Amino acid sequence: MMEELLSTQEELNHQSLQTKWRLMVLISQCALLILFLPIPLVTPKPIDRLIHIDATSFQFTPAEIKVNQGDRVTIEFVSTDVVHGISIDGYDFQLTSDPGQPVTGTFVASWPGMFRFRCSVACGNLHPFMIGKLWVGPNLILIRGVLLGILAVVAAIFSLKKSKVLKTGKTS
Amino acid sequence: MNRLDLTRTRWTNFLIRNRWPQFLIRAITLAGFIFTILAGLLGSVVGSHNFAIIFVWIAWWTALKLFFIPFGGRSWCSICPIPMPGEWIQNGGILQPRGKNFGLGKRWPKFLRGRWLQAGGFMLVGLFGVITLTSPSVTSIVLLIILLLAFVLALVFERRSFCNYLCPIGGFTGLYAQAAPVEVRVKNPEICSTHAQKSCYEACPWGVYPLALKSSANCGLCMECLRVCPSDNLAVNLRPWGSDLGPETKHSLDEAFLGLVMVSSALMDSAIFLGPWGQLKMAAYAIGTGSWFLFAGLFLVIALMLVPGIYTLAVWIANKLGEQKMNLRKALAHQSQVLVPLGLTAWIAFTISFALAKFSYVLPVVSDPFGWGWNLLGTVAKPWVGQSTLTSMLLQVIVLALGQFWSSRVAIKISGSLKQALPMIVFSAMTMVGMLWLLIG
Repeated sequence: MMEELLSTQEELNHQSLQTKWRLMVLISQCALLILFLPIPLVTPKPIDRLIHIDATSFQFTPAEIKVNQGDRVTIEFVSTDVVHGISIDGYDFQLTSDPGQPVTGTFVASWPGMFRFRCSVACGNLHPFMIGKLWVGPNLILIRGVLLGILAVVAAIFSLKKSKVLKTGKTS
Repeated sequence: MNRLDLTRTRWTNFLIRNRWPQFLIRAITLAGFIFTILAGLLGSVVGSHNFAIIFVWIAWWTALKLFFIPFGGRSWCSICPIPMPGEWIQNGGILQPRGKNFGLGKRWPKFLRGRWLQAGGFMLVGLFGVITLTSPSVTSIVLLIILLLAFVLALVFERRSFCNYLCPIGGFTGLYAQAAPVEVRVKNPEICSTHAQKSCYEACPWGVYPLALKSSANCGLCMECLRVCPSDNLAVNLRPWGSDLGPETKHSLDEAFLGLVMVSSALMDSAIFLGPWGQLKMAAYAIGTGSWFLFAGLFLVIALMLVPGIYTLAVWIANKLGEQKMNLRKALAHQSQVLVPLGLTAWIAFTISFALAKFSYVLPVVSDPFGWGWNLLGTVAKPWVGQSTLTSMLLQVIVLALGQFWSSRVAIKISGSLKQALPMIVFSAMTMVGMLWLLIG
């Protein structure tokens, strides 16, 4: 009788472990899908844009720029005090302007997402934090992040669903 | 119990018990600390060319959050150089206590106990962070003040009073050590209960009695208890992450306050250092001006009212939804466990975005620590501007999602039901979405 009970208990433990592993695999697959599944988007027809950016210690104006994927973007960049530069993360784009001397450069916004642009010439104490943001198309990584957060909550609930915790409030 | 005792392996046991390896590492960190102060005071005023700024705020601060705390809890405290000079005086010896205790050995005042002062210190770091992070001389002066304060307090008060009650980094590491996979614990409680001498407690610089140790928050992993235990009854365990968080563990209101200050600071630092708001950065930098007072007011409103207010509301609702009601003070303390994984992962995500983009500055300052044009090791090259890559953004998303998973699990574990856990899950989701928006939005 005792042996039978022990064997049933062992089988239950084994099944519970199997369920946990299955759940983990399923959640990992969902996470990978959320992170990497290509999302087909209707992108507006690319256009040419001219954006004027002023650089003053230690800020860009405007510091937040939105363009569509595929747009051909021309930046007219001018420093208003000391020598400043601008470079965009993820893009091979860099300009340097002497005070009052506008410079221009063009790039095609091929990659979607949020990209910081930074001052590329040491300009003073706050230079490392002289930052702006460029959004190309919708910010998919932010949407993916929020979805992954929701999945994380669901995973947390399911990971404790069959444990004593949800029934008694005590850890098993 | 899912524990692996490191004292059972011969070489780890040797490294833990022998005082020399730890002493040598601490001697190196002390020399590095003094060198950093000198570099900040004598070297270039340009932060990115000065060892003090790059090593303290890029290398060490990153290593603390990405390596020391997540994998070793308070392991930094075990090699921290700041309390060393004071401890030498207290112990009357450099390598080990000699039995001649110098100093007044007074007890720390009761009304100043807890983590309140550490939380206040961390808020000061936030309020003056922009100037400290960018000015080598200010960084050095802050380090010098900390070193002197720790020394003077060691002469007046017993043990590591500075580390226990004042050090903001001690508060930071202590809070998140509860989530870390390392602990010092008693092997067999019965052996301790029959040992009248309590030599472990006498030797502990942190004033901790290992038998009563339920949380790793106050244990600095100095290993003195292991070295003096006559029965070899102490273990250094590797354990699952988050072992100190659960329905049975005890937590206090000061811990909740510290956790909230940390979460608020992570949000504020993300906005200041990584956001596109130049006026905010300038206001944070221009100490003493009207705009700085506005910034300080905003910082304090967020850290002392907004985030704690939302947290209190979430705890109050959770308490109302529970079958067993506890008073609000107790509930605020109990639910503060949710803040541990939440804050830790928020800081890790911030660090990935902040420091990894600046890591190219580290090698050049090794060759030219004072910014005087040296090239000692041939590693001086023009540092690249630094970028947030797609990989770093994905990493931030994954870390924040892991934080959401972990804090939701803790909320469910410590609540009586899922219904009761929901307000805390919503609180942690709001924080995570805030961090996501600031870092990659």
